[in-house]
Amino acid sequence: MKSHQGLLPFLSFLFTAAGLFLVSSCGNQGSTTQQQGALGNDAASQVYVAPGEYDEFYAFMSGGFSGQIGVHGLPSGRLFKVIPVFSVDAEKGYGFNEETKPMLNTSHGFVPWDDSHHPELSQTNGETDGRWIFINGNNTPRIARIDLTTFETAEIIEIPNSGGNHSSPFTTENTEYIVAGTRFSVPVPQSDVAINSYAETFNGMLTYVSVGDEGEMDIAFQILLPAFDYDLAHSGKGKSHGWTFFTTYNTEQKNTLLEVTASQNDKDFIAAINWKKAEEYIQQGKFKEMPANWAHNVYNEKTHTATSTMKKKVKVLTPEDCPGLVYFLPTPKSPHGVDVDPTGEYIVGNGKLSADLTVHSFTKMIAAIEAGSFETTVAGIPVLKFEDVVAGVVKDAGLGPLHTEFDGKGNAYTSFFITSEVVKWKVGTWEVLDKASTFYSIGHLMIPGGDSKKPDGKYLVALNKITKDRYLPTGPELCHSAQLYDISGDKMKLLLDFPTIGEPHYAQGISADKIVPNVKKFYPLEENEHPYRTMGEKDTRVERDGKNVHIYMTSIRSHFAPDNIEGVKVGDKVYLHLTNLEQDWDVPHGLAVMGANTGELLVMPGQTETMVWEPKSEGVIPFYCTDFCSALHQEMQGYIRVSPRSSNIALKWSLGEEEPVQ
Amino acid sequence: MKAFHLFPIIFSMVLVLGACTQDTGSTASAPTDTASADVKGQSTVQDDLSSKNVLQVAIGSKDHTTLVAAVQAAGLEDVLVNAGPLTVFAPTNAAFDALPAGTVEDLLKPENKSKLAGIIKYHAAPGNYQGKLLKDGMMLYQASGHYVKVVRDGDNVTVDGAKILGTVQASNGVVHVVDKVMLPH
Repeated sequence: MKSHQGLLPFLSFLFTAAGLFLVSSCGNQGSTTQQQGALGNDAASQVYVAPGEYDEFYAFMSGGFSGQIGVHGLPSGRLFKVIPVFSVDAEKGYGFNEETKPMLNTSHGFVPWDDSHHPELSQTNGETDGRWIFINGNNTPRIARIDLTTFETAEIIEIPNSGGNHSSPFTTENTEYIVAGTRFSVPVPQSDVAINSYAETFNGMLTYVSVGDEGEMDIAFQILLPAFDYDLAHSGKGKSHGWTFFTTYNTEQKNTLLEVTASQNDKDFIAAINWKKAEEYIQQGKFKEMPANWAHNVYNEKTHTATSTMKKKVKVLTPEDCPGLVYFLPTPKSPHGVDVDPTGEYIVGNGKLSADLTVHSFTKMIAAIEAGSFETTVAGIPVLKFEDVVAGVVKDAGLGPLHTEFDGKGNAYTSFFITSEVVKWKVGTWEVLDKASTFYSIGHLMIPGGDSKKPDGKYLVALNKITKDRYLPTGPELCHSAQLYDISGDKMKLLLDFPTIGEPHYAQGISADKIVPNVKKFYPLEENEHPYRTMGEKDTRVERDGKNVHIYMTSIRSHFAPDNIEGVKVGDKVYLHLTNLEQDWDVPHGLAVMGANTGELLVMPGQTETMVWEPKSEGVIPFYCTDFCSALHQEMQGYIRVSPRSSNIALKWSLGEEEPVQ
Repeated sequence: MKAFHLFPIIFSMVLVLGACTQDTGSTASAPTDTASADVKGQSTVQDDLSSKNVLQVAIGSKDHTTLVAAVQAAGLEDVLVNAGPLTVFAPTNAAFDALPAGTVEDLLKPENKSKLAGIIKYHAAPGNYQGKLLKDGMMLYQASGHYVKVVRDGDNVTVDGAKILGTVQASNGVVHVVDKVMLPH
């Protein structure tokens, strides 16, 4: 819902009566279809995963305005984990413990939240490979990389010179790069200018983030473009490998009331970027090094600690200096999604205010470029002729196409927001084959591998913004929803509704076989390089350094060592460094301290995490394990005595009345 | 207490575990009758990486094949792999051999399953009792519901008359090897 705030008022402005009619008719139609689908075709058995059995696919659902990723199974829809990415998560201590706070550092300081839109799996040879999943932070422009051996956020990179990282983080065929185009153009570099100088002083920046063999990200280069809104992207594959396509809207270059002012041009552009050419220009030194300020945050799995490094420059290419780097493909009606079919030949522009879909041909685009056949130039960038590049139009498919995915069998599936439906059409003939209603207001859709060279065309997931009456009501705020369709036959068949966290803005799916064998069970204790680790109970201790008190604590079923601590004083800053000594699958221990102004620690086996606690008054403070660990979990508790600042009680720590640890 | 190493263990353990482990991780299938008896317990979890639990320690010991057979006959494998903590007193094969002739064979008969289970539970205490935590005169509450007495003389510890020969740490508790089968009385 969040991403279409501009669209909804615009539509109600134009079609108030028609809109009401549409919504109500969709609702009626919907419940009929669902009942027939579920009963007539035994949908229940198709989504039933027996107790103890595994789902066939992982589905990584963006959390939208939750900033996180929800990990579900398909076809069951079951939620396995919420991976904290851009938002703090007190449940897991993410952003609360000392080790993960640096993950959320930015050039604006600590930012505890973001809006996560597009998960994107890493690819090898154009196929999903199950190594990592990337996701964009839209609000304070960032990209995160999640390691799929641990399902933890491993790296976050800030994107400078950007004002809304929406067309991101779509990958190239071998994850050479993931891209980041700005939705909101801004002054580059940022400066104090009049807002209505937009057309003259603002720019749109596209960013290519390189990805190394271990997943490490870096900003390879940026491309400075006119001040349009760069909305979505996909890189080419196969024959179009080496190119990336970004949709634009607001080629009118307006800075106010965009819902009207940015919808004036009949056509906006798809920007085609030749990134292999960009590499040549970088090699030739045709870039300008611009000062910038961006954070690069990396979580080290050995030290169990993140570090944040501020970087101070970026390499910027400008089209005037780099002929052949950028071309514009005219595309009707404020195109939103841009999707490349599995062969790499067809580039689908989903004109979000249109009744039609425009499909461009990569082959025709190259021919037009080679022929030098341009309609005009904009800011030094050649604009190709629409009729030179268009391959076909999918006519009267619905209203408000947003996104298209592919099934690997020659079919495409497009979501239509305004008419709340998925439309199946044939690539090449452009004929509409089938339509299925969604409940309600679909945004993205997802087929596992559906934006790769090898889609797995068994299921389609509709990602819906609005649920209204679909579930038991929960007050004014209702869940968003995913809907699972069987697309193995000629007709789409609705199988299942399931709620998701936040907004399931986009999702990626992958066969579980590509991930399960690599998933780690715990962290080997002998590999723990945390500077405050404690490798065994005999090493547990408490050390004072001025007002800083460091507690080297361990946990194992079912006690903390030490569990009695004295000598802490009011005004101290107490660092509880907890190492979980367990080396057993699925045995985390938690740590909670009464009155601590922070989240709990939730420490995986072999890991060390640190809680900072600043006791404000004297007393004896209990602490305990929060993650049910054994039959004697409730006994996993301890006390810290807090004495007045003036007291001279010595530090003392112990475990067991006859076995002082000291 | 001297160290007592049970560990040329891992190979035989993997073999035995493999044999009793059903296939996990198959993908979605048609609905099955989950109410039927063939339900997988926690002892079928495939995990060769984690530190060994009480059952895995026993399975890995060539001196405890009779105990393991008894645990399996009594259907108690799943209890010994759960989170614990459990303190298990594990009689050696020699200890079982010292019972009157025919006793073990009799207990392993299906009709004596609950009696056998009662005897095995008599060898397990909920808790993590090791080292000096086993104190002279203390009464340990066993999983069978009985109390047994601990007698300590220096480093020599007996529990209900069974002498602790050595101790192995397990992920979910501790295994004390004992020289005698303890029988509820």
